[in-house]
Amino acid sequence: MLFINYKNLSMLIFLTNRIIQSFIVLLIMSLLVFAAVYAIGNPIDVLINPEASEEEKIKTIKNLGLDKSLFEQYYIFLQNAFKGELGYSFVHNRPAISLILERLPATLELTISALLIAIIIGIPLGTIAGLNPDNFISKSILAMSIFFFSLPTFWVGLILIMIFAVSYNFFPSTGRGDTVEIFGFYFSFLTFDGLKHLALPSINLALYPLALVIRLTFAGIQETLPLDFIKFARAKGLSRFRIIYYHLLKYILIPIVTVIGLQFSVLIAFAVITESIFAWPGMGRLIIESITLLDRPVIVAYLLVTVFIFMLVNLIVDILYSLLDPRIRISDK
Amino acid sequence: MKKNEFNIVDFVKIYSEDKLALFFLINLIFILILVIFGPLFTLQNPYDLSQLNILDSLLPPLSQSYENNYFFLGTDDQGRDLLSAIIYGLRISLYVGILSVVISLIIGIILGVVSAYFGGIVDSFIMRVADMVLAMPSFLIALVLLSILGRGLENVVFALVMSQWATFARVIRSSALSEKEKDYFYSAKCLCLPQYRIVFGHLLPNCLPPIIVLSTINLAFAITLEASLSFLGVGLPITEPSIGLIISNGYEYIIVGKYWMSLYPGLFLLITVISINIFSDRLRILLNPRLNI
Repeated sequence: MLFINYKNLSMLIFLTNRIIQSFIVLLIMSLLVFAAVYAIGNPIDVLINPEASEEEKIKTIKNLGLDKSLFEQYYIFLQNAFKGELGYSFVHNRPAISLILERLPATLELTISALLIAIIIGIPLGTIAGLNPDNFISKSILAMSIFFFSLPTFWVGLILIMIFAVSYNFFPSTGRGDTVEIFGFYFSFLTFDGLKHLALPSINLALYPLALVIRLTFAGIQETLPLDFIKFARAKGLSRFRIIYYHLLKYILIPIVTVIGLQFSVLIAFAVITESIFAWPGMGRLIIESITLLDRPVIVAYLLVTVFIFMLVNLIVDILYSLLDPRIRISDK
Repeated sequence: MKKNEFNIVDFVKIYSEDKLALFFLINLIFILILVIFGPLFTLQNPYDLSQLNILDSLLPPLSQSYENNYFFLGTDDQGRDLLSAIIYGLRISLYVGILSVVISLIIGIILGVVSAYFGGIVDSFIMRVADMVLAMPSFLIALVLLSILGRGLENVVFALVMSQWATFARVIRSSALSEKEKDYFYSAKCLCLPQYRIVFGHLLPNCLPPIIVLSTINLAFAITLEASLSFLGVGLPITEPSIGLIISNGYEYIIVGKYWMSLYPGLFLLITVISINIFSDRLRILLNPRLNI
């Protein structure tokens, strides 16, 4: 009883520590991004009709809050941020946060399906290669993983469109297709048309994490096979199936979970490329549009939302880590 | 002590045991020659407008030009020979990649060695900042910086350096830390050698293997990153047409079936990146001290 209490307590301390740390990092990031984004580039030139009268110009500048000093603007921004408002988009004339949250499900759908593809295909392939590293199939799997590593995401996207959308017309190349509403958010993986639209972008995004999962599984198995507990399991006369699926995979799952968690953040960033090629209406496309239009509040809000997601994911990974491996006590960190 | 002496002939011999790695090394050397002496081979200077002929525009691969030259990979919308454009583009891509890796490496060596050597508050400050950078995907860092700074060659190099230095600093620090505990380091200190000699003459040469491997991996990564950014229209300006910009130029023609303008530049990019990756993978295996070649 005492032990459980101790563990819960250390977990609580760890969580509070991490949340405070994340909060500080968010604050620093917001200041850096805010200052940098606001210091350079003048949205007034972009937003105001050059033929507008001087009076109209001043009125618009006042409406957007651009006449105040940088620190005043940041102070107002922080005040609003605590209320959950991250500024008002200059271009769309709507709260930036609602613009982003509206597009978040599309991006999450894309990244999660890409990760699922990587895990479902990558772990078995990595296992095959790791168990018999010298045969031809394993060598081809490893060569393939280096190949996937080197593929430039954006070019693969173009090639996929070229083959499957232009030449053979199997899959549509733009948009999300039919969507289904769940809890007020729209998802396309529940309709056939939506799945067809999801196929190419998620395959495109999955190639890099797929290569990573294959190599990690391979390396993990190579390192684990000579260890004593596998020898012991063999000596006990356990079936090959049980050794591989129960003892081996459970052991190597820890580094894989960590890397997949970190990959999630990388994929959200790389979704910017995939979304702009496949015209996928996620937040990655929104940020590229906002960059070209100098829509500062949306850029700042996008960054803060993504940094927040990264921290959340890192926290979840750390918790999973301690759940998967009882040897790692959270208090040791 | 013979083991530590570096012999290039032996190294090439051992390297060549893996035929695939040898093939890609030759490939890489070929690409480097092509890029360095590029203007000698190409049909035309693709950015000298007087050498272009609009009648040659949008020709498919292997077609003949107005002046009876062959366009092996076809032409683009301005009648530019695609092969020449690709060779010129690879020059820019490699130049940006190498420059950014060299600068990140210098920053990484300075910060990593300072961190490991002095420790304490300097170390924890540098490493906290590096951790913060590493927590963000490098693509996002580069994208944000470029969205603020705008397009331009210096800006792209700066953005690539900012997204890569932390990896170098971390790796160099950790290998310097482990070298610091070894006997040769203590004896160098006991001899009262000047600090710069301890660092440059003893510490850094022993940290070289991981640095070399990391630099080659990061070179491949930097080239891909630059191409992606240029493709999205936030990287290099139109006056510096790297491979990414050439591919993005062909993007709109894919829908109408004129595939070659995006396909071939991408293939060249892919071959370059694969060659560097396989080279670095082989180096990683060979330089691993545990394997003891």
